Amino acid sequence: MSKNSRMNYDGVAVCVPVTIPYSRYSLRSAHWFCGRALAELIKVAGIAKDEVDGFCVSSFTLAPDSAVGLMQHLGVSPRWLDHIPMGGASGGVGLRRAARAVQCGDAEIVACIAGDTNHVGSFRNTIASFSQFANDAVYPYGSGGPNGSFAFLTDHYMREFGARREDFAKLCIAQRDNALAFPHALMKRPLTLDAYMDARPIADPLCLFDCVMPCAGAEAYLVMAEDRAKSLNLDYARILSTIERHNAYPDDPIQIRGGWAMDVDGFYDLAGIGPEDIDFLQVYDDYPVICFMQIEDLGFCKKGEAAEFVRTHDLTVAGGDFPINTSGGQLSVGQAGAAGGSLGLVETIRQLTDANLGAVVQGARHGLASCFGMINYDRGLCSSAAILGRAGA
Amino acid sequence: MTTRLPPPKKKDPIARTLQPTQPPGNRSREAQGLTAMAAVGRFALQTCAACDRVQYPPQQICGNCLGDDLPWRDVDPAGVLLAETKLHHANDLYFRDRMPWRLGMVKMDAGPAVVAHIAEDCQQGDRVRLSLNLDRSGHAVMNARPETPGPNQEDDLQLRELSTDPKDRRVLIVDGKTGLGLALVKAFKAAGARAIYVGHAEPWKTSPFLEEIKAIAADAGGITLFPLDVTDTDSVEKLASVLGGKVEIMVNNSYHLRPGGAVDGLDMNISREEMDVHYFGLLRLAGNFGPVLRSRGADGDHGACAWVNILSAYAQVNNPAFGTYSASQAAAWSVAQCMRAEMSGGGVRVVNAFAGPLEDEWHQMVPPPKLEPDMVAGRIVAALQKGLEDLAIGAVAEEIAERLAENPKEIEREIKL
Repeated sequence: MSKNSRMNYDGVAVCVPVTIPYSRYSLRSAHWFCGRALAELIKVAGIAKDEVDGFCVSSFTLAPDSAVGLMQHLGVSPRWLDHIPMGGASGGVGLRRAARAVQCGDAEIVACIAGDTNHVGSFRNTIASFSQFANDAVYPYGSGGPNGSFAFLTDHYMREFGARREDFAKLCIAQRDNALAFPHALMKRPLTLDAYMDARPIADPLCLFDCVMPCAGAEAYLVMAEDRAKSLNLDYARILSTIERHNAYPDDPIQIRGGWAMDVDGFYDLAGIGPEDIDFLQVYDDYPVICFMQIEDLGFCKKGEAAEFVRTHDLTVAGGDFPINTSGGQLSVGQAGAAGGSLGLVETIRQLTDANLGAVVQGARHGLASCFGMINYDRGLCSSAAILGRAGA
Repeated sequence: MTTRLPPPKKKDPIARTLQPTQPPGNRSREAQGLTAMAAVGRFALQTCAACDRVQYPPQQICGNCLGDDLPWRDVDPAGVLLAETKLHHANDLYFRDRMPWRLGMVKMDAGPAVVAHIAEDCQQGDRVRLSLNLDRSGHAVMNARPETPGPNQEDDLQLRELSTDPKDRRVLIVDGKTGLGLALVKAFKAAGARAIYVGHAEPWKTSPFLEEIKAIAADAGGITLFPLDVTDTDSVEKLASVLGGKVEIMVNNSYHLRPGGAVDGLDMNISREEMDVHYFGLLRLAGNFGPVLRSRGADGDHGACAWVNILSAYAQVNNPAFGTYSASQAAAWSVAQCMRAEMSGGGVRVVNAFAGPLEDEWHQMVPPPKLEPDMVAGRIVAALQKGLEDLAIGAVAEEIAERLAENPKEIEREIKL
């Protein structure tokens, strides 16, 4: 089977990017955040609730409910329902499933909703019972949650490839610059190099500004046929390519790459464009080291060269020759649980449909949103990514 | 390099004692296999019977060949420290009280990569040796030390949380009138115990062992004798009120052995006495010393850490030649299990040492091998230093453990009068 035997996503429209404003803590439930996201989706799209006949849901804090229970909360009767339990990778994964459902006629309009709440203590509860391997072999060791795991990956990556804290700082500072224009970002003040370098240590070598801040919020968008989007008068983006991969490179003793590296060639083949054609990049950024791996694994530079890439590029939207995380990313906006996996995707749709809330990448035609999730034991298991294009571009 | 831990300062009577907390103790059924290995000081992991893959974390299916026969086999504990971190933040109270805390990711020569607590002397890139140890929740954790141990390694505070090292701790040895009592005094003295309290009962009865302990005490100091009769509730209560808050390691070596079974040679008085010493005696000690020991589980770097029960291997399977004695030991063993659950709240480890027949007057008619008290005492101290929870001392006890694991019916039939 040739690489190009995959069916493309012609005729599928991605539209109506919606963010339910984030808050550090919330008394609301995940059901509320998902429900408000649906309300916003149908309001912006100008459709009735029952016109949405497919749902793709991702959330950590719906428990004891799943997506099924949410349907009764929302009073909808979809003919297609998917629950993506892949955390940060759910954005790209949900998109490609919803797109195929629409292409195949199993659903006409799919609402992709990722939302979580954050009560005081709920993050602690989430990491205290995240997975069997985490319970047995990670959480009893200092109970640091993902901080500890990413400290290992960062420590190893820095020694292996010569990345410095200053390099991570440059990315974090650029993202913060981008975030200052984005109304939903929880971080409102500029980040300086001194503040980054002098921040309080969390898990060496990680300090405060290397670690994402858990919060509550939701991200959502609609997937439908292009014709339907046109008839509804909605600006939309097209899907040029998608990938997903799980448990890639299990024999790597410690993670230095994600599943993107396994799939990157086919990814660009299906899109018909290369990394040089990408106008902006949204990488999954719970910690900067994973951003570096995505820059490498998605073909923007060779393995181990992301630090040099960051040193030689301006990553801001304002001055940027290579804008990254144009709304500020999770490091500056906040990590609303599973919604973190859709933050970059929703921002990509905004940039490509001129629905921007913050900084605008001028003349952007192609955006790449990459997702990553599920530190099951010692590494993130799920990767996904999508290239979206401006309609008519 | 690990520095010598300074001996504890005199306790501030006004300051609040740190309350004991535990690291997370939520484990899957599969992971309890690690606990079984750590309890006896083995380093064994699941090894697939079909494809020989060494697997960690434990699970029910081989991640290579999908086989489900995954016996626990001793594996090479060597590896390389791939990455390290020092945690400055944790959500869990136990670790919050002990920040910063060092962790590493070790790539084992045997295959798996494991998250481990790491000793102060381990640096990224170093060759290390892993061990499975029980943490203060009583569950197994991986622990890495340098391949070549540095000086004062036992004083590493993280390691000290996993061990129950007698060094600089205060020990109560319940019975100083036996050869084993004397041997324990010597062994704990050699291990650097800060104070050794020795109980003695029946003042009308002289004991050459107690006399020797007195001589050592006069010579070396750090040893204090106290009247203690485990068959007398008042006596136990009285000593607990004096010493309770000072004992960090309790060693119950109470011993009252007489021949006789249930059908043959039954003597109700003797069997009652055996129960009084071994079963009710342990209950009296547990009820009076247990609560205060447990409450001091986090009392500084030298807090209460262990309760040792020296039991007969015949607690596990009755030896009819000493039938009522064996039964009283079985009762004590059951109490010890009860205590394990109760003491875990303070992170105080209940160590059960199962010994074979001792070289003493009551085992005169028993054929060898028989245990010299010094050997038993040495094994107990070593087990505390390593942080073990169960140990079989001597060939008889080891054989009983093996035979029970293999076929309990076989040993039940074969134990002869």
